Amino acid sequence: MGSIRGPTVLAARGLSKVYRMGDFDVVALRDVDLDLAESELVVLFGPSGSGKSTLLNILGGLDVPTSGSVRYRDHDLGAANESQLTRYRREHVGFVFQFYNLIPSLTARENVALVTDLADDPMDPEEALALVGLRERLDHFPAQLSGGEQQRVAIARAVAKRPELLLCDEPTGALDFSTGRVVLSVIDRVNRELGTTTVLITHNAPIAAMADRVVRLADGRIKSDERNAARVRPEDVAW
Amino acid sequence: MVSALHRKLLRDLTRLRGQVLAIALVVASGIASYVAMQSAYESLRESSERYYGDNRMPHVFVHLERAPEAVRGRLEAIPGVATIETRLFETLLLPMPGLNEPAVGQLVSLPPGGVPALAALHVRAGRLPEPGRADEVVVLEAFAKAHGIGLGGKLPAVLNGVRRDLSVVGLALSPEFVYSGTASSPFSDERRNGVIWMDREAIAPAFRMEGAFDDAVFALQPGATERAVTDAIDRVLAPYGGLGAVGRDRQGSALMLETELTQLSSYASVVPAVFLAVAAFLVNVVLSRLVMLQRAQIATLRAVGYRAIAIGMHYVELVGTIVVLGALAGSALGAWMGSAMMSIYEPYFRLPRLDYLLSPAIVVKAVIVSVVAALAGALQAVRSVLALAPAEAMRPEAPARYQPSLLERIGLGRLFGDAGRMVLRELTRRPLRTALSVFGIAISVSIVIMARVKDDAIAVVRELELGEAHREDLLIAFRRPLPDAAEREIAHLPGVISTEPGRTVPVRARRGHVFRDVALVGHPAKPSLRRVLEWPLREVALADDGVVLTDALAEILGVRVGDAVELEVFQGDRRTITARVSGLSYEMIGMTAHATLPTVHRLLGEEGGITEVMAKTDPAHEKELDRRLAELPTVAAVVRPASLRESFDKQTGGVLIVTTIVLTLFGATIAVAIVYNNARIALSTRSRDLATLRVLGFTRAEISAVLLGEMAATVLLALPLGLLMGHGLMVLVAETSKMETFRFPAAVSAPTLGFAVAVTVVAALVSALIVRRRLDHLDLVGVLKARE
Repeated sequence: MGSIRGPTVLAARGLSKVYRMGDFDVVALRDVDLDLAESELVVLFGPSGSGKSTLLNILGGLDVPTSGSVRYRDHDLGAANESQLTRYRREHVGFVFQFYNLIPSLTARENVALVTDLADDPMDPEEALALVGLRERLDHFPAQLSGGEQQRVAIARAVAKRPELLLCDEPTGALDFSTGRVVLSVIDRVNRELGTTTVLITHNAPIAAMADRVVRLADGRIKSDERNAARVRPEDVAW
Repeated sequence: MVSALHRKLLRDLTRLRGQVLAIALVVASGIASYVAMQSAYESLRESSERYYGDNRMPHVFVHLERAPEAVRGRLEAIPGVATIETRLFETLLLPMPGLNEPAVGQLVSLPPGGVPALAALHVRAGRLPEPGRADEVVVLEAFAKAHGIGLGGKLPAVLNGVRRDLSVVGLALSPEFVYSGTASSPFSDERRNGVIWMDREAIAPAFRMEGAFDDAVFALQPGATERAVTDAIDRVLAPYGGLGAVGRDRQGSALMLETELTQLSSYASVVPAVFLAVAAFLVNVVLSRLVMLQRAQIATLRAVGYRAIAIGMHYVELVGTIVVLGALAGSALGAWMGSAMMSIYEPYFRLPRLDYLLSPAIVVKAVIVSVVAALAGALQAVRSVLALAPAEAMRPEAPARYQPSLLERIGLGRLFGDAGRMVLRELTRRPLRTALSVFGIAISVSIVIMARVKDDAIAVVRELELGEAHREDLLIAFRRPLPDAAEREIAHLPGVISTEPGRTVPVRARRGHVFRDVALVGHPAKPSLRRVLEWPLREVALADDGVVLTDALAEILGVRVGDAVELEVFQGDRRTITARVSGLSYEMIGMTAHATLPTVHRLLGEEGGITEVMAKTDPAHEKELDRRLAELPTVAAVVRPASLRESFDKQTGGVLIVTTIVLTLFGATIAVAIVYNNARIALSTRSRDLATLRVLGFTRAEISAVLLGEMAATVLLALPLGLLMGHGLMVLVAETSKMETFRFPAAVSAPTLGFAVAVTVVAALVSALIVRRRLDHLDLVGVLKARE
């Protein structure tokens, strides 16, 4: 499957991003080109400050580039205004963050329902939670769940609306090894079973083995963009 | 050298400026109201005390029918009496050009030489009348000014039925007439209430009072018991038609002044206490949040060797700075408001000098009290700082625990969407804080209601005592009781449409050893003009064999409907009868007993006789009627309720608008401060949740609904509570400023409730808009990258 490339979902050309930090300009991205194909699982890999998160945020419509263009199918994200970006996120993108970002006052089921209430053709919250193996923890509040469970709720929340794009920013960063592996399995399963185009940021090299494609960033530039010959199952990944 | 901790203090203050400002404003409002009212109280008290002292304000006053001057010796001999002044004290008509009905004048005699032993005049211009000159008069300054009469001018007066033009030789003030009003016209109106002073020898013949007196005032020896002296005076004067001696606390002018002072000191304690309680609550909320946010900083400070107590002090200083700033600003504002109150008082209280005094003690006390209040609010947060172990403080605080709210547990959860559930659980997670917020906003609602307390009370007075109770166009009071035929005479005057007789008799109402000297008013069995009412508005029926007492009088005597009360008549053979209390009436001013005319006549042992006639009149004949009434020697006073209403409106208007505006602003300040602070804290606690929702695709409006929904829910809960509390506060203020002969009802009108709700909702909306702007600039990426 890894070697077959589907139609392009997202296309970035000449992306640059400059942040103004006090009196200095910090260049986070320099002239980046990237295409994402349907159903691909891409790992963005690189050291801290290499621009991974900036790129992911721009792809997800959380941020806009200083220059360059991003197109999602026939939409130009670079030219989109605030409310168009909100609609893009609402309809097409699922996010998973390092620190889960669940709403503490809502139960697992309700956190997922937050998204399904907004979507056109969502899964049942129960179905999404079953997908991440949390069928038994539907009515628990975040404070009653372990870190790994919270991250799985976050993944369920991200995928429940059947997004075309799943963007994960260091989803295992706050988790221990074995819990992290469970979370990665869930992401892998979602990608395989739902065909969701997935971008996963990590700075753990071994994780790259589970991707179709590995894009390495350093200093705001793409250093390499390689296709894995075969995807390793997350259960077999060790770091 | 500014220490690093002090720099942090300054930066924290700058960063928190919105919340700092909100707390400081609440403190400033409380302190301003305290400083203004307390300093106005002290200034008015001080100025009047000094005046009373300098001009020898009497301690005891008594009016009687007529006693020979020889009785004076017996009064002087009463143990406890230091000084006595006997005099003539007459009511007369002053037919001033420019007034429809004649003004009511009070004539007070001056001894030969013009300087009485007691109640000396303060001559502002001109001189005292020369002995023996029956045409020279000293006039109350305010009355002369209101009519544009200067020294050498002429004053028209009807002396015992004969009109004369008197020469004005002096303008004066008197400690007895600081607030001038008469029994028939209790509202100060400098145009309609005149006081004049004339030489006693010269005017005595006009009143057939040669060698006699009908009024006496007394100064008491230090340590004398007022009650013992008044009892003795009453015994001596009983055969001479004594109307009951009263102390200063029941003398018209002194009573009105005391009423104002009592109200001021009542407000000066209630209002600031409310503000400072709110300030303490806000300090608690803001500081707790700040300490939570600064856990890592506190830990770092502890790690590098600061002692816990030094860090605790740091936060105390933070709060102290805010509060002292607020208190100083409030003191300055209060001083300004206090002196403004003085200039409002000036026309009403005629004192030679009404100096505004702001004693430093007031400001010092204000600052100390506000600091104490704030420290009480800060206590909990500072204690949590002290208790924080350095290592523990380095770790982030444990995530908040939530649970389904009660409403959801009883199965109503379905009614709420996600946003609704979030709001609900957030509110129930910290029930105490939610309760305090609701309570605080309710306080602001109640303060706005209180801002209009007097407007509503005054509307009641206007409707009740100046309206429904007096449907007559004209009240004609006679100098002495006349046969019933006098009513027919009045009825035949031009322009008189209908009439109703009345008989007013001074009596002493007694139950056991408690008594009060009041007016017993006789009405027709079914009066249609002057009526006896209760509040809420309803006519009280007069029973044939009973008396209706004002509820104030009944309260003092400790009687209820059905009980018996003794009435001693200050007239004729001074007989005493026992009557049954058949009902209670509501009157804001004065104490009165009401009965049917036959009952009053039976009490007096007379066949008939009336002292006043109420009349409906035709406005077309007003001038002619007034002229004819002025010619009748038997007429002592003519009162038009419409004129009373006019002077009442004029008097109450200015003061009311100022208090209403100031208290409304203060109330709104509290609402803004609480709603804004809560929203800011909710924003800072929950920016992560809100950013998450934005990332998930929620629009700005949708996340605003989550945050502002919390505010809206708090305000909605607070409104009904605030309306209840406002009513309670009105009752409290009405109770604390109640005096024997003055009270106002705790009436809250619908427009007042609407106004209070509107002010609070607008204040909340303004705060919501400010926070909404911040919500629009939420840094999605920044918030999400940060660890909780």
